[in-house]
Formats: sequence, C-alpha cells, structure tokens
Amino acid sequence: MALLPFIVSNNYYIKILIVLGINTIIVLGLNLLMGAAGQVSIGHAAFYGIGAYASAIVTTKYGLSPWFGLAAAVVLGGLVAYAIAMPTLRLKGHYLAMATLGFAEIVHVLFLELRDLTGGTDGLYGLPAITVGGFSFETPLKLYMLVLVFVVLSLVLSLNIVHSRVGRALRAVHGSEIAAASSGVDTAKYKIQVFVLSAVLASIGGSFYAHMAGYVSPESFTLGISITLVTMVVVGGMSNVWGAVIGASTLTVLEEYLKAYDDYNMVIFGGILILAMVFMPQGLVGAGAKLVSVFKRRSVILPDAAGENSAAS
Amino acid sequence: MLNVSDLDVSYGHVRVLKNVNIAVEKGEIVTIIGSNGSGKSTLLRTISGIIRPNSGKIKFGGDTIERVPAEKMVARGMSHVPEGRQLFGALSVLENLQLGAYIRLRSRKESKRQVAEDMQFVFSMFPVLKERENQPAGTLSGGEQQMLAIGRALMSKPKLLLLDEPSMGLAPIIIQKIFATLRELREKGLTLLLVEQDATVALSIADRGYVLQNGEVVMHDTGSNLLNNDEVKAIYFGHRKHAH
Repeated sequence: MALLPFIVSNNYYIKILIVLGINTIIVLGLNLLMGAAGQVSIGHAAFYGIGAYASAIVTTKYGLSPWFGLAAAVVLGGLVAYAIAMPTLRLKGHYLAMATLGFAEIVHVLFLELRDLTGGTDGLYGLPAITVGGFSFETPLKLYMLVLVFVVLSLVLSLNIVHSRVGRALRAVHGSEIAAASSGVDTAKYKIQVFVLSAVLASIGGSFYAHMAGYVSPESFTLGISITLVTMVVVGGMSNVWGAVIGASTLTVLEEYLKAYDDYNMVIFGGILILAMVFMPQGLVGAGAKLVSVFKRRSVILPDAAGENSAAS
Repeated sequence: MLNVSDLDVSYGHVRVLKNVNIAVEKGEIVTIIGSNGSGKSTLLRTISGIIRPNSGKIKFGGDTIERVPAEKMVARGMSHVPEGRQLFGALSVLENLQLGAYIRLRSRKESKRQVAEDMQFVFSMFPVLKERENQPAGTLSGGEQQMLAIGRALMSKPKLLLLDEPSMGLAPIIIQKIFATLRELREKGLTLLLVEQDATVALSIADRGYVLQNGEVVMHDTGSNLLNNDEVKAIYFGHRKHAH
C-alpha cells in the first residue's frame, strides 16, 4: 500500500488512495463495534461529518493549525458519541441502530441549518493543508503518506484490542450479554467504550477528508455514506479486523467506478449488501479463507489418490 | 449463605414472584422445582442481579445484594449458569473458559498459573472439553455445551453456583452424568442452588427443595420427602391418577 502511489503517479488516483485510507480508518472502528461487540450503527456518517466540520471550523473560522482541527475532531466526536451512547447502549437489542439513524439525521440537519457556523448548504471553503513544523502535507502524495500512518496505527490498535482480554469481553457481549454479565463483564461500559472509539476513528477520518478536499459540505455526510460504511464492514467480513481493510479497499474502488452511474449508486450498494449477507455471511475474508481451506484439502487428497493409482497399477 | 425474604418481582403489571422466601446454607444442594412459567428462572435471575426486584431482601454471606448488578456478583462469589447455556458460540471452548475467569484475570491479584490450574480442574471434571478446547463453542453437542457452561461458571471460583435448568434438552444418560458431577462439586465444598423442571433428577441430588407455583412457594421440604410426596408426584412426575 505504501508503494502504490509511486506506481500510480496520477494525482486523481492518489486521491482515491487517500479516500481508501480514510475509509479504512473509519471501517476499522465500525468493524470493532459491529464485528467484535455486535452493535450496529447506521449513523457513522454523522461522526465522519462532525470530525470534518470540527476541523473546518477550527481552521477557517479561528485560523488555528489543522492539528488543532484534528484534536477538535477527536474531542468533539468522542464527546458526542459518549452522550449518545450513555442512554442508548444501556438498552439492549436493535435500539442502537435506530438511535444512530435518528441521530445522524439530526446532525445532517444541523450541518444545513447552523449557517453561521457551518455555512449551510454551501459548506465551508479554504481549509489549509496539514503541516508539521515547516513541512506541509499539501500534495496528495504527502497527505497519503500521513493518512497511511494513521491507517497503520488504527490497524495495530484494532488488532491489539481484538486479541486482548478486552476484545474477548467485547466478543462475549456479542455472544450473549446475559452470560457476559454473569461472567463479570461490565457490558454497558464496554459497549460505550467501543462506540466512542469507533466514533473517534470516524472523526479522524472526517478531519483528514476535510483537509484533503479543502472544503466541507453537508452532502458528504448523508445516510447513504453511513450505509456505504456498514456495507464495507459486512462485505469485508465482520469477524476479522482485516475484513475492514479489504471491505474498505474493495468498495472504495468500486464506488469510484460506479461514479458514472451516480443515481444508481445506492441501488448497487444496497444490492451488494444483500448479496454479501446471503452468500458471504463471513465477508470476503471468510470466503477467501474457505477457498484456501478447500484448496488445502484438495492438495492433501490428491497425493493420496495418486498413491492409490500407483498401487493399483 | 443465601437468604431471600419477601421477594416480589414484576414484569410490567404482571407479578411474577410473590413473597418468596428461601434460604441456602453453606455446602447444601437446594433445588427449586416448578412447571413452566412458575417463576423459577426469574427467581434465579433476580438473585444473580440480572433482574431488579420490586421489594424484598436478598442477603448473600451477610451482605444485602438485591441492588447489586450481575457483573458485580461474580466478584462476590456467585456464579450463574444461565438457562439455555448462553455460551459465546463463536468463541473457542478455551476462550469461553477464559471469560469465566474474566474478573480474576482483570484484577491481576491471582496469577495466570492459578487460573490455569483451575482450568485443569474443569478439564478433569469434563475431559471432553479438553479434547475440544480449540473448537468454537457453538459446534459442541448439547451435553458438551452444558458442561462448558458449568465449567465457565466454575472458572470464577464461586462459593455459590446457580444453575438454571441444566437438564434442558439433554438425553437421560447425559443428565445423569452432569448431575453426578454436580454432586461431586458439592463434595468439594461448593454450594448449589438448582432450578429444574425435571423434578425427579433434581430432588434425587438435593438436600432440600422448594416447590414454586405461580410465583409462590407452595411447599418446602427435604429432597427425599418431596420425592415421595404424593402431591409433588401427581403434579411433577406425570403420575396423575386419572391417567391410569
């Protein structure tokens, strides 16, 4: 992934790679929430948007450095997620999915209506590039490298969480909340923590997106985006952290190809989501693993069969 | 060890438990028998903190616990084997057992070696779990799943083990095996509170039993007395007179 931009030198392709990286960061968080803890959010575009707007407001209205924008994105995204999670995650079942859906619509309306702060339908323009000391990540290639660092950090964090005692506790919540509580796992606390973490990752993604594009506007953070993110988690494979990477990569590229059929974009994505659920419940990662095991079994059987043949002759 | 007094529990407007009083002494096996919907599982869930009572007191080892949430009860020495096993199906047998020891591994007061020793103990009780340690729990047979659910509960080193219908959906020979293990656990010093629909098998290992009907305790006696009680026989063993 680090070498890709040198192969595709065209800025257009590098921008797609940046979006791919940003999506990977967000989907890694959503993968922890959905895959490990079994909680569904169909409102993560809201946190993506909150991150983007936090960065945009801090840099364009107050003239602060983009790093403050990123920090504001993390803090605001985390706080809002905590406020949403406290009442909803204490409930059980599908209430979270419904609550996040409603929440995302409210946030979208706020982006449109708080004109003084958000610029309404026009959005906010003229975001500066991210800099470190005198070094500016202004070209797509440099920004890509920075995003890639965050992708790797998010990936390492996710892998560590999943394979730790906390990860086991999250998967226990997924398996059976009653049994998890009976084993001493504070189910509400873990659900809140993983929700906040996934929201913070989405906000970080939003901040990077805003600085890459140089502007933010409400249409980038709609229900459609939330569903696309969920589709990436499902298509990649929920039960595996690498599924997030594969799902985000595959669908970001696919989405780019589908840009030509703009209006049918959602139809195609919805279709993919349904097909993935029916035919690849374990996602691309699961389907790949199954394929590998089939090949392995064949390679074990084949020499045996050959042996029988030679014995017969 | 456990004292439940005047316990009242409702789901909405429906009173599920009415004035329930039960006691469990250290080292006893006590069973609560009753038909479907009599409130047995609700009683067990209220004791282990999953459900909050409307009124009444629950004392465990001298502490008042009726407002203590389930996840805090484990640390106090109570472990609940829920109805229908409620295993973590996607996780391996080993991971299920590790989750049973969750609070012990979290507090780090105890070494991993102690936890590993207790896991060996569980494996010695149920050798089949050792054979299947890397298999997802969801792929085990019903009997093996029940063994794992009990093993998982034992991993928290409880003083009192609550069991909700361990015989559910199992073949008689497996039930015999599991109940023999429960008796063995009592001999090792564990106290057990057992909720069962299968009254014969429950009363045969219990020191004392309570009969729950429509949320009320209607009978209370030693296990053997209840086993020979005509009324209990008529209701719970299916030997109804008009059926002959």
